[in-house]
Amino acid sequence: MEAHQPVAERPLPPIQQIAITVLVLIVIGGIYTAAHLPRHVPQGPTITLLVAAGVLLGVNIVLLARIEHFAWQAFRLVAGWVLVAYLVIAGMLEYVFVYDNTSGTQLVILSLMLAVFALDIPLLLGFSVARFQDPA
Amino acid sequence: MASIAEPTPAALSTSRPKVTIVPVQGLPIVAVVIVGLVVAIATNSTWALDFYHVAGGGLWTAIDLFLGLVLGPIMGTMSIPSRIELSSRLMPKLLLIMPTIVTMTLGSGFQLARTLGKLSASYPQHGWLVASYIVVGVMAVIALGLLEPANIAVLFELRKPEPNGARIQRLMKVFIYTAGITGLMQVATLVIMTKIATS
Repeated sequence: MEAHQPVAERPLPPIQQIAITVLVLIVIGGIYTAAHLPRHVPQGPTITLLVAAGVLLGVNIVLLARIEHFAWQAFRLVAGWVLVAYLVIAGMLEYVFVYDNTSGTQLVILSLMLAVFALDIPLLLGFSVARFQDPA
Repeated sequence: MASIAEPTPAALSTSRPKVTIVPVQGLPIVAVVIVGLVVAIATNSTWALDFYHVAGGGLWTAIDLFLGLVLGPIMGTMSIPSRIELSSRLMPKLLLIMPTIVTMTLGSGFQLARTLGKLSASYPQHGWLVASYIVVGVMAVIALGLLEPANIAVLFELRKPEPNGARIQRLMKVFIYTAGITGLMQVATLVIMTKIATS
């Protein structure tokens, strides 16, 4: 049991918490948009949520990149495959938006929200696994 | 909710099955389901969309309720080797099943509501529809932010030559509690969906 303590107990930045916050912001944006469709969606709140989520995602990537002695191999393995899966899901959602005649600024906002979502989940899952793995 | 006993290294090392993260043999089934969903949306077939939404929603609700309120508490009281054996066989399957049925339920549900004109704010039950978005949103955050990371981390821990028992205990506690919460939230989904369907 002792042999595992260095990996488990070492302090790490709040990457999981920030990733969940990004997810919450994107979900709120999605609910807000869905509640207004098919009418025009007021763009102020969605752009604010998108920008906040994007900034937090950027912060999270920087925090992650600065971790020393991290199990990057495990992170890449998990995050890579999850990214493939979520690109498929995001692609399907994008298809539905276009198919349902969403266009213009609204399509750009939704696409960017999907992009943030598709990057945030792989980062979260990759980190959740790699934090408990021994660095190679 | 049931308490979770502390696993010991000895208990973890006995009769531990080989752990698979993603059951590859299930991927073709997932592909068929997803292609069917795309076809249902592309053709706007009311029957196909309704089938996907009802079948997916029924499975999603039933599995969440069963995992959260029946199997979860039972797992909490099982012996450590039994729990590990069950988890190492159940969790990889859930890794394929849950995202697939969630995608088919939500994708077909939104398109169905659009096709039937129920997305409109003038729809009398629009408030209930928005309530369903909120419930699904909360469940998505719990599932993607807490449940799924714990699920995958347990699987990777179980693949180690010497798994950390305390860590598995912590992660499984997260899994069991979050499965319980999403199970309870599915009751709200049942209320909302039956309200929409009958009005």
